[in-house]
Amino acid sequence: MITFDAVRKQYPDGTVAVDDLDLQVEEGDVVVLVGPSGCGKTTTMRMVNRMIEPTGGTITVDGTDIMSTDPVKLRRDIGYVIQQIGLFPHRTTAENIATVPELVGWDRSRIRERVAELIDTVGLPDGVADRYPHQLSGGQRQRVGVARALATDPPVMLMDEPFGAVDPIVRGRLQDEFLRLQAEVHKTIVFVTHDIDEAIKMGDRIAILSEGGVLQQYETPASILAHPANAFVEDFLGEERGLKRLSLIPVKEVTADRGPVVTVGTNATDAREVARSQGADWVVIVGDDDTLRGWSWTDELADPVDGDAAKPFVTQVEAQDSLRTALDALVSSWTGVAVRVSGGDRYEGLLTRELLTAELHDDARARL
Amino acid sequence: MNWEHVLPWLAGQEYPNTGVPGVPTLLYEHLLYVVVPLVLALAIAIPVGLWVGHIGKGGTLAINIANGGRAIPSLGIIIIAFIAFSAGFIPVYITLTAMAIPPILTNTYVGVREVDPEIRDAAAGMGLSGWEILRGVEIPMAMPVIMAGVRTSAVQVVATATLAAYIGLGGLGRPIFTGLAIGPQFNPDAKTLLVVACILVAILAVLTEQLLGLAERAIVPTGLMRKHEQERRGSPPPGAAAADTAQRSSEQSAVSA
Amino acid sequence: MSTLLAQSGRPFPDWAWFDERNVDRLRDLFVEHVQLTGLALLFGLLIAIPLAVAAVRWRRLYSPLLNLTGVLFTIPSAALIIAVFAFLPVQTFGLKPRTSVLALTIYTLLILFRNTVAGLDSVPRDVTEAATAMGFRPSRRLLRVEFPLALPVIIAGIRIAAVTTLGLVTVTAFIGQGGFGQLFITGFQRQYTMEVAVGVVASVLLAVLVDLLLVWAERALTPWSQSRGGAT
Repeated sequence: MITFDAVRKQYPDGTVAVDDLDLQVEEGDVVVLVGPSGCGKTTTMRMVNRMIEPTGGTITVDGTDIMSTDPVKLRRDIGYVIQQIGLFPHRTTAENIATVPELVGWDRSRIRERVAELIDTVGLPDGVADRYPHQLSGGQRQRVGVARALATDPPVMLMDEPFGAVDPIVRGRLQDEFLRLQAEVHKTIVFVTHDIDEAIKMGDRIAILSEGGVLQQYETPASILAHPANAFVEDFLGEERGLKRLSLIPVKEVTADRGPVVTVGTNATDAREVARSQGADWVVIVGDDDTLRGWSWTDELADPVDGDAAKPFVTQVEAQDSLRTALDALVSSWTGVAVRVSGGDRYEGLLTRELLTAELHDDARARL
Repeated sequence: MNWEHVLPWLAGQEYPNTGVPGVPTLLYEHLLYVVVPLVLALAIAIPVGLWVGHIGKGGTLAINIANGGRAIPSLGIIIIAFIAFSAGFIPVYITLTAMAIPPILTNTYVGVREVDPEIRDAAAGMGLSGWEILRGVEIPMAMPVIMAGVRTSAVQVVATATLAAYIGLGGLGRPIFTGLAIGPQFNPDAKTLLVVACILVAILAVLTEQLLGLAERAIVPTGLMRKHEQERRGSPPPGAAAADTAQRSSEQSAVSA
Repeated sequence: MSTLLAQSGRPFPDWAWFDERNVDRLRDLFVEHVQLTGLALLFGLLIAIPLAVAAVRWRRLYSPLLNLTGVLFTIPSAALIIAVFAFLPVQTFGLKPRTSVLALTIYTLLILFRNTVAGLDSVPRDVTEAATAMGFRPSRRLLRVEFPLALPVIIAGIRIAAVTTLGLVTVTAFIGQGGFGQLFITGFQRQYTMEVAVGVVASVLLAVLVDLLLVWAERALTPWSQSRGGAT
């Protein structure tokens, strides 16, 4: 756990980078510091391992005041990943990862094992161990940077725009991998970015800072999106706040409608009756065991209902997809609904516009 | 040391009992040895450097030749030239021109090569011809580096021109070799000649450096000045140029091998 | 050209110069040439590196030291000047090798200092930053991170210093050493072109050889260097 108590950083020239900051980072949480440039987010992060010394207040890591710890020792216990990565050009991948274990004096065989394990953990291909940084791709370098920071399994990690230097596609993949990794290792992480979408995606909690290091709001991404504390936050969140919120909620959180469903072989009149009872002019056609076959307009139905003649749904969503994906499926389908399946083709129900809207307006949701 | 004759000597009188002419005469001779080779070197090294830099080929060769130039002992060359051409200015001019070419050539080449390819590309994209790119973009942008090379050369030539006295000519080397011949261990006048002449050469070198620095301010486009000033502040001229070039040339040779 | 060079009734090139006596002499001069240069480089390095580290570590020393060496560099460009300067306190130093070594050391020192500073400055900030953040103490960071990365530039400096000094050392012939430079003086006195030419060729060859050796050493010492093949 990291605690900021009335922390202040004022430079000799009088500039205040961080002002009276109170913040608590719970163990195992990813806290994202986000804000426009000059908001002191990086300064805040760098004060944790004393790369920058605070000029007021106290910062404690697991109950110990950082100012009472030798900075060198402190830093060895805190993983650190920056945008430029800062890999040592003269050391191979393996040697880079081995840096801190060597510093703290692990024996060779233990280091070798740990390096091999980490190369695997961060998803680097075999054979990169003996390459020098300039022989790696941007994404690989970033992974080496993360592996290096994880080497001695430090409980706390600091990450400064760690995915800022790679292209959007690689960035997305690295973010996903990072979240998967974090689910395994449960580090306490302070993560700095200027990208609100990245913050929403990565953070358990988000701290929004404004110029001069003033904390504007510190809550979960969902709460911030639902209830921006003030105009600054609202402005910083930007447009499409509703969409951003939807992107946080997985499909499985919403109970899908059963919808106008008919089984292959049902006679056409009964099928039309099913559609009419739900106010629709189309039906979902499923086979045995609710295997999704497609859909059909009621006036084009064969009699009895034929699975092979059914039109396929262009997009389908599964439990772990976000409601934003569902919305996209919904607006691009003729039927105006998103179909939810499991295991690729097993019909689970329909998501309608009303369901999504209700989700956003459901203020009573405790989980937010 | 014997100071009593120094002031009159500086003022123009011959230094008594040594046959060394007054300093103004020596200075005039010295400058004569310096200016001609420098102009020759500029006339040779700059066009070649610009051309090689502009077409971007043969650079490794140019740099290696220039670096090799460092190793050539000027004393040996001047003696051989003297034996070949006997007395007169020619041996001095040959030697000093040969000395002055390498730094100018290398820096001109490096300066032109250094121009950001994107800028060159943008210029070509706007429809400038090769000649116009060279004249309007590459030369102005390379100017600070070229001037650094010119300064290095000038200072070296000023210092090396003292050797002219060894083959019987004048210049500020004259009191040095006269002093050496008389023997500074035993004769206070010899020592005085040596010390004062050395200081004068040093001052002349520093002055040349500074003067060319001023000329550079006039020549280098204002837009490039700030960056250049920073470079100067970071690492003053001649040594910086040397370090710079050598580093590059080591990369060059590494690439070529 | 060869008729121009064939003065005083001696042909050029005159292979007869390489008699037993002269070959022996050449060997002695080679040893002296290498010794003078080697010592000057060694002392230069021993002084320049700590000085450069100090300049980089304590930024307040940075500008004054660089400016000072800038001016000094201007002054002794021809080691002749320093050779004579150093020759002045004859009572203390005398006409001994240490006089030449002192003069040449000052010269190498300037080149080496500036290049070492440039090398240390060229280490990317994010790399030193990362090292600090991982808990390197300053001394260890210097030794394990900054020096290795500065090495190419430092070696470039050593190359310049070595090559230049191998040429300049000949000038110390005026005070009785000079390695191959002695051939210049005696050749001049005897108007014997071949003798001077042998001196010039020998010292240039030696410089080229030493330069190649240093290039090879740089490759051996910096296997990570990007300018080499093998990068993917």
